[in-house]
This record gives sequence, structure tokens and C-alpha cells, in this order.
Amino acid sequence: MPVLARVIEAAGISTVFVTMVPYLAEACGTPRTVAVEFPFGHPLGHAHDRDEQLNVIRDALRALPEIEQPNTTVHLPYQWPDFDHWKAAWHPPEPPPIIKFLRERAGRRAEAERPE
Amino acid sequence: MTVDSFKWLPPSLANYYKGLPIQKEEVPWTPLAKPLSRCRCSLIGTAGIYLKGKQPPFDLDRERREPFWGDPSYRAIPRDVRQEEIGVAHLHINTSDIEEDMNIALPVHRFLELEDAGEIGSLAPTSYSLMGFQQNIDEWRDTSGPEIARRMKEEGVDVALLAPV
Repeated sequence: MPVLARVIEAAGISTVFVTMVPYLAEACGTPRTVAVEFPFGHPLGHAHDRDEQLNVIRDALRALPEIEQPNTTVHLPYQWPDFDHWKAAWHPPEPPPIIKFLRERAGRRAEAERPE
Repeated sequence: MTVDSFKWLPPSLANYYKGLPIQKEEVPWTPLAKPLSRCRCSLIGTAGIYLKGKQPPFDLDRERREPFWGDPSYRAIPRDVRQEEIGVAHLHINTSDIEEDMNIALPVHRFLELEDAGEIGSLAPTSYSLMGFQQNIDEWRDTSGPEIARRMKEEGVDVALLAPV
């Protein structure tokens, strides 16, 4: 995803990148990053919470004039309540294909390496 | 507060991310040219949002057959989109909240409100939706990204807000 920010910024459009994983944004190189500690699937806040969404968006837009050099991150102080519920709830109902594949491959390897 | 990038991730995925190579290329830079109240804005989301019945969903069947592949195409989402017109095709997140309120991932309606309030110049006619699971970024870098950038330029966009899920 940082690659899209780079391509669009290089075309002459100012970008701001709102992310839950600022580590990756910085590792990949991103013009302006705004970090939120929200669960995946919710970069702009809770569903139907218009005020929270607007606040995050306004903070993100404010970073456009404020950040003065590339690959800078602004960390926003929003809290997401109920960690124990959401650390499971953000996941899809069933594991993604790549996770299923890797688990099955690990299982086959463990089986193959088991001593007789 | 410093955001913890790994707070929500299982350790296996956190370790995978920490092992990815650090990019050394120069990061492009376009300074904001005018006050936000005069800027035309566009949005990019990666939740796999598409217009039901008008656009094909992102190709999840192929991803199920080829687990390392993710559909690299994009969908153009008009500014008059209504919540009930969208579908969400993404196998790596729980999409139920986005199916209830797309603004948490592609905040078209919030930007229309900011336009009405005069806080931004305008929301462009078109925003853009992709599906964020991409093990290989070549197509985004060489095809989808440049096409989106060209369309944004054609629509006079000054500012893009990107919100990966």
C-alpha cells in the first residue's frame, strides 16, 4: 500500500496515509503517515461513529501541511476499547487461503520429520 | 502516544512484518500547494469495496486456488455512492462493519460533509478501491497505481487520503 502513496505523490498529488502499522509504512517509505492504534478493517474508527471518523480524518488532513519532510509519521492518541474482544473480532470468519496453506504445509513437514 | 504496529497481530504475522526488507529508495514529495479549504480531495481504500451488480467483485476464487495471489485491480467509486450499493470482497479481515458503514475504510460520506462545511474544497467525482492482500506489488506499482494517479490528475485532485485496512 505505501507503493500507491509513492506513485500518487510522484504524480504531483499530496498524500496522507492512515495506517495501523506505521512500522511498515516507514520500512517501505511513505511520504506522510498518520498512525492509529485501531484493529484491522477500521482505519478511520468505529462503524456509525461519525464524530470519531471526522476527528481522525481532520487529524489526518492536518498532517498534510504540518509534516515537512518525507517518511514522517504522526501518531494519533485514539484509544480502542475492549482489546480482548477485538483482537479476535477483526479476523475474518475463516482463515485466509495463505494462512490455511501455510498451516497445512507446516503440518505436513512436522509429520514428515516425526521420528519412526 | 506511540502507536504499537503489532498490537493486534498474532506473533507469527508480526514476525513476518518485522522481517520484511527496509526500502532505501528516495520517497517522493509533493508539498501541499494551497489551503485544504481550496483542495480537491480523493480517497483510496483497500477493503475490497466494489459496486454490487455494476462491477465485478475482486477475484477471491482465484485467491482461494492460488493462496499467494491477490487481485491487483481497482474499482472506481463515485462520490454519490450509497451504502446499500457496495459489496466487500476481502478474505483477510472481518468485513461486516464495512458492510454496515463504508466510511470506516473509504470515507466518501464524511468527505462530502467536510465539503459542505467548507473544510475542504471538494471531494473529487471519483474515489478508488483496491483489495489489500498483495504479496507482489508490481501490478499496483506499474498498472493500478499509475492509472489511479492519471485519473486523479484528470479530475484535478490536489490531495489523496489513503486508508489501508
